[in-house]
Amino acid sequence: MKLDSMKHGMILGAFCLGFGLLLAVTDRLTAADIAARALEDRMNSLSQVIPNSIHDNNPVTDAINMKDVRGKEITVYRARKDGKVTGVAYEIFGSGYAGEIKLMMGVDAEGKLLGVRVLAHHETPGLGDKIEEKKGDWILRFTGLSLANPLPEKWKVKKDGGQFDQFAGATITPRGVVAAVRGGLEFYAAHQAQMTEVN
Amino acid sequence: MATQYRTIMRDGLWDNNGVFSMLLGMCPTMAMTTSATNGLGMGIATAVVMAASSLLVATFRNQITQEVRIPVYILIVAAMVTLVDLCMNAWMHELYKVLGLFIPLIVSNCLPLARLEAFAAKEPVLPSFLDGLFMGIGFTLALTAIGAVREIFGSGTLFADASLLLGPAFKAMEMRVMPADMGVLMMILPPGGFLVTGLLVVVKRMLDLRAGKAIQMGGAHSAA
Repeated sequence: MKLDSMKHGMILGAFCLGFGLLLAVTDRLTAADIAARALEDRMNSLSQVIPNSIHDNNPVTDAINMKDVRGKEITVYRARKDGKVTGVAYEIFGSGYAGEIKLMMGVDAEGKLLGVRVLAHHETPGLGDKIEEKKGDWILRFTGLSLANPLPEKWKVKKDGGQFDQFAGATITPRGVVAAVRGGLEFYAAHQAQMTEVN
Repeated sequence: MATQYRTIMRDGLWDNNGVFSMLLGMCPTMAMTTSATNGLGMGIATAVVMAASSLLVATFRNQITQEVRIPVYILIVAAMVTLVDLCMNAWMHELYKVLGLFIPLIVSNCLPLARLEAFAAKEPVLPSFLDGLFMGIGFTLALTAIGAVREIFGSGTLFADASLLLGPAFKAMEMRVMPADMGVLMMILPPGGFLVTGLLVVVKRMLDLRAGKAIQMGGAHSAA
C-alpha cells in the first residue's frame, strides 16, 4: 500500500516536472517577443492620443511615475520635440454604471486635449458602450477642448446643465467620462511644471 | 478501421455534440457567444487544446495510473492552454489580441476533461487525436451557431469583426442584417445565451427525431 502511493506520487511528480520544464522552456523562448509586442501595443494606443507630428522621441520609454488625485501610481508618457515637452498622456479613471472606466488622455503643453480613448470598461453593451471609439464618435468630441473651453460649469452632460450629450438610456456612463476628463485636465493644470519638466 | 473514424467524426460533429447533446462546456458557451466571430474564436482555440491534450493523454495512457489520472489530465490541459497562450502572444500577436481573451477560459471548460476521461484514456493515439479534434470542431460549430443567432437578433450584424480574427480576406463575411437600433439587447446579455442555446438544442433533437434516430441525452459516453 505504502509502495503503491509512492508510485502514484512519483508518476504525478514526473508529469509535473516534465510539463513544468516544457513551460519554462517555452516561457524563455517567447519572453523577448512578448515584451516587444506589449511595447508595440502601448505605442499604438499612445499614438491615438498623441499625434505623431508633435514628437520626435518615443513616449513609451520617456515616462515618469506620478501619484494621481486618488493617490494611485500612474505613468505619464511624454512627447518631446527638440527636447521640449510638447504633450503628455496618462490614464484617468471614471466611475461608470457598472464599475470603473479606464481611459487614456493626451494633453498638449498648453493644456488642450489631444484626444481621449477608452481602454477598458464594463458598461452595458448597446447602451453605455458608445463611449468606445469603434461604436461611436462621441469620445472624439473632447479633442481640442480645455479647462477654459468650455467653462468649468459647462463640463457636464446636458442633463446636468452642461454641454456634453448623454446617450438615450445611459446618462451615468457619459457623466462619469466627462467628470474623469475634467479631473484629468485639472490634474494637468496642477502638476504642469512637474509633468513637462525637462530632465 | 475507417468506420471507427467515421463514427468519431459523426459523434464529435453532430450525434454526440459537446454542446447540443452532452451540454458540456456551458460556461464558455454562455460567455463567448455574443457574436458569431467570438464563438468561432473560442471554438478554434478550444479545438487546438483538445486535440493536443487528447494526443498527449493517449500517448501516456499506459503510464498514468487510475489514482492520479485526474490531476494529470488537468495538468496536461492547463499546460497546453499556457503553451498556446504564450506562443500565440509571441508569434501570432494580431490573432492573440482577438483570441487572447478566450484562451485562459479553456481551462474552465469541462468538455476537454470529459473527452480525456471517456475516450483518450483508453484508446490509441490516432483515434484519440481525432476524437479531440472533431469534438473541438463540433464545439466550434455549436458556438458559432449560437453566436450567429444572438448576434443577428442582438446587434443586427453577422460575423462582425471576422476580418480581425481570420485576416483581411474575410472582410466580405461581415454582414449587416438589420439596423443596429432594431437589435434586442437581451439577446447579447446572458439570458439570450440560455434562450438561444435551449432553442437550438430543441432544433437538433427535432431533426434527430425526424431522421428516426434515438436521442442521446446527457451521457458523456465514448464512441467505442
